[in-house]
Amino acid sequence: MIRFVLLISRQGKVRLTKWYSPYTQKERLKAIRELSALILPRGPKLCNFVEWKGLKVVYKRYASLYFCICVDSEDNELDGLEVIHHYVQVLDRYFGNVCELDLIFNFHKAYFILDEILIAGELQESSKKSVSRVISAQDTLVENAKEQASSLSNMIAQATK
Amino acid sequence: MEQLKTIGRELAMGSQGVWGSSKEFLELVKTIGEAKSKAEEERIVLAEIESLKRRIQEPDVPRKKMKEYIMRLVYVEMLGHDASFGYIHAVKMTHDDNLLLKRSGYLAVTLFLNEDHDLIILIINTIQKDLKSDNYLVCCAALTAVCRLINEETIPAVLPQIVELLNHQKELVRKKAVMALHRFFQRSPSTVSHLFPAFQERLCDRDPSVMSAVLCALYDMILVNVKPFKHLVASLVSILKQAVEHRLPKSYDYHRTPAPFVQIKLLKILALLGTGDKAASENMFNVLGDILKRSDSTSNIGNAILYECVRTLTSIYTNPRLLQNAAEITAKFLKSDSHNLKYMGIDALGRLIKITPECAENHQLAVIDCLEDPDDTLKRKTLDLLYKMTKANNVEVIVERMVEYIRNISDNHYKTEISSRVIELAERYAPSNQWFIQTMNQVFEIAGDLVPQKVAHDLMRLIAEGAGEEDEDADSHLRSSAVQAYLQILKEPKLPSILLQVISWVLGEYGIADGSHSAEFIIGKLCDIVATRPGDDKLKGYVVSAITKICAFEKAAGQTVDLIPECVSFIEELYASHSTDLQQRVYEFHAVLKLDRDTLASILPMDASCEDIEVDKDLSFLNSFVESALANGSRPYLSDNERRGMGAMTTLASNNDAGTSSLLRFQPYEKPSIPEPAAALVTASHYSQDAIDQHDIYSSAITVSTSSKAPESSSNDGTRLKLEGVQKKWGRPTYTPEAQVPKNPINISDSVKVSSSAAGKEASSRNSSAPPYTERKQPPQEISAEKKKLAASLFGSKAGDTKAKPAAKLQQNGTSKKAPAKPTSPPPPAPAPPPADLLDLSDSLPQTPSVDPVDQLADLISVDSSAATSTTSLVEQVFDAGKVATKGPSPQASLQKDAVSRQVGVTPSGGTNPDLFKDLFG
Repeated sequence: MIRFVLLISRQGKVRLTKWYSPYTQKERLKAIRELSALILPRGPKLCNFVEWKGLKVVYKRYASLYFCICVDSEDNELDGLEVIHHYVQVLDRYFGNVCELDLIFNFHKAYFILDEILIAGELQESSKKSVSRVISAQDTLVENAKEQASSLSNMIAQATK
Repeated sequence: MEQLKTIGRELAMGSQGVWGSSKEFLELVKTIGEAKSKAEEERIVLAEIESLKRRIQEPDVPRKKMKEYIMRLVYVEMLGHDASFGYIHAVKMTHDDNLLLKRSGYLAVTLFLNEDHDLIILIINTIQKDLKSDNYLVCCAALTAVCRLINEETIPAVLPQIVELLNHQKELVRKKAVMALHRFFQRSPSTVSHLFPAFQERLCDRDPSVMSAVLCALYDMILVNVKPFKHLVASLVSILKQAVEHRLPKSYDYHRTPAPFVQIKLLKILALLGTGDKAASENMFNVLGDILKRSDSTSNIGNAILYECVRTLTSIYTNPRLLQNAAEITAKFLKSDSHNLKYMGIDALGRLIKITPECAENHQLAVIDCLEDPDDTLKRKTLDLLYKMTKANNVEVIVERMVEYIRNISDNHYKTEISSRVIELAERYAPSNQWFIQTMNQVFEIAGDLVPQKVAHDLMRLIAEGAGEEDEDADSHLRSSAVQAYLQILKEPKLPSILLQVISWVLGEYGIADGSHSAEFIIGKLCDIVATRPGDDKLKGYVVSAITKICAFEKAAGQTVDLIPECVSFIEELYASHSTDLQQRVYEFHAVLKLDRDTLASILPMDASCEDIEVDKDLSFLNSFVESALANGSRPYLSDNERRGMGAMTTLASNNDAGTSSLLRFQPYEKPSIPEPAAALVTASHYSQDAIDQHDIYSSAITVSTSSKAPESSSNDGTRLKLEGVQKKWGRPTYTPEAQVPKNPINISDSVKVSSSAAGKEASSRNSSAPPYTERKQPPQEISAEKKKLAASLFGSKAGDTKAKPAAKLQQNGTSKKAPAKPTSPPPPAPAPPPADLLDLSDSLPQTPSVDPVDQLADLISVDSSAATSTTSLVEQVFDAGKVATKGPSPQASLQKDAVSRQVGVTPSGGTNPDLFKDLFG
């Protein structure tokens, strides 16, 4: 089971966090601090796993961002690595050449996508196609709602004239 | 560039953000990004919190504005600040009819709240309503929230609706419903236990994503109890077969591997189902063999499947042929250049050697390479492996490695863990007491106060009891060598308290036992110990006791002790100590010094710390005292029960005549029922309860035992009495090692005894394997002699061990067989192939090593690019462009983003992070 997902930039700035097990705010901060100290200095050729408090953290660096997931010690690390890659690919599909800036300003979108991929600490959808389908369905729905709302307000505006 | 940015910023003044967020939010992100220090960032965020607090309270905030505020709260909380003032607004937002707002509300709520938060109760109603919604997206949003927010008590409120949703027409909803039920199972298994059939039904869902969600749940359920799911083996195997044979929809392919995540999940489940079940395992062999054959070992995901397969094979009923394959895969992993694969290989090897211990030999050099790798994770994993394969004959090398490792790390969690492993191994396999003590000393020195107190007691006990045999000479040799070792250790600065405690005890007990050190010298050392740690009361207690003992020994031996000035000042100081325990000890010390020689010899006998203390429970020495009291007219003693029985009848009477003296009557006898000897004292002798306060008796008992003037201390039970006096005198037993050690019901000494008796055998076996070991060092090879030596000591003797089992065979076949028996371990022939292997490998596996100096990222992507042809995404385009341009093939897109962000005037982290605009894949 995935305990939490963490996106940190190379400078140690947090870009996204998602906690699937209960952690208090204090524990979260501590975890982030410890893991940044552990992961950021690691060289590129070392392995992508770090043991941490009896759990394992699988991380992967994409450009300036580190994607980290914390899994149970019995979990398959390579699998975790691919879950990360899967997520990044979906992000890339959605944003088109995703970059750190996209994630900074659209972090809620990144959260929505993450929610479609992981639920309760398990991978729930391994098909990129269906993830993007759902997300775009939501987006169009939102668009429609906006249009409706604006047309409605127009009508009201006209009616009240 | 810089100029462009400023122009862009100017242009962007006042314009709305392209990312759908307001200018203000962009500004916030920007300033935080540009913050030079943590403190500055803190200040900005705090200001933001203040303004949000103010604005969110305003009446009639437009809903859209509110959504933005809440997103900003999420951002603030993500940066590690408390945003709890806004939680209620997020909850309110979930009530909204607009889907976008509702979803944002749910998102914020799931990020903010834990399942036991008070506000949850306000959301339940909304969730219930949303679960019934016609819009499947609303349903999904609610289900996502359910997974995070529903706790044990609220499960019943939503369970019926979720069960209904299991049959929803949209597969997305069915999938999330399954996940929600899975979550409920994790929270409280009993609530969904009646739903097992429903889960199994969903396993046959026509949509693979629903099926794979069921697999997650099944795994957890089977983990708890295998039995009810045994019948699923056949269907799971058939699903796995379908997945392997590319029969699932194309969209589940991942880098051309068919549905890998599903495969891995299935393999995990099968491993659970097949454990110790031959029939079930036989069902699986076929498909497992198939996977091993088909999986492609050049991609990451293929290796993930292979590794999972090895895990499954090592946990189900063994199949020699497949295990052989598993061993080959493990070998491939270990020989790989990728650290990730090495790591997996080490892990797989650890699993394999549980079944076929001999397979470790083939990989000795790879393992040693990993052990010496600069990568900490890999090193630690290798130590794990070594821990698993420790035997009596390689324990010394392995423990040495582990000790060396903990010496160099600072992480307390792992220090504790590994030192406890060292202790465990040392206790189990120690070849000699000498070695054990040395190892323990090292552990104490390094891990210090992380070591549990128990280990220190065990060590003192071992030193006190020696080998357990009757060989006094060996024991005293052991002790004097321990003393010698400790005096050596004391020269080092900064020792942990626990080690100093052990040292003080050992010096006190045995410091002058062999006569090579004078009492003054030892006492001086003890005073030095205290000087290094002025605030440590516990340690002072140990030291005072030790000094007392030494003085007593000296006086008992007829010598006078002149306390050195430091010692005197140390003692003086303690008279006024805040710790009553310490005060008591010094006063006792003082009292002991005044005693004469014979008494001293009997209250503090030399080397008696592990003699059993016999307590005279009858307190026979008090008989004459009691008799005289009775003769003087005191009332005979009544036991507690008798008194109570009487009390029922004569409460009045006793009240009357107790009157003012009721305190006197009862208090003294209720207290003593707790400490053992005192209780004995109560029941033992008959004397008047009124006559004397119990404390008086107590103290008189002590004076009786300590001052030999008392006539009662008859010669035969004199020692016993006095020993008891000693125990009492030295305060609470927890602080007195000599009282504690014998009391501790630890069987460490037993285990050490066992292992040391076993060590005899091992020693002989080691002797026999020693000659080839030295031979092995001789032939010079490319592999450094040191490494080989290490390999030999890790595996060689182990190999010898495994060979030792079929020793009967060996003997039959005579010497001809014996010769090849050795080479299989690392001796001469063996070193030759491994280097060749290593060389071969680097030639035959060009994919991985050829590019390795380049960025690992690029490396991984190049693998991806070869695999991900099926996708038509931009990702692919990026890959196609190769590694030539860092920006990838769509520089336009990137440039656009650059331009846009410049327009808005955002450069979130100023000059410090030029990668912000870089594609993550670039």
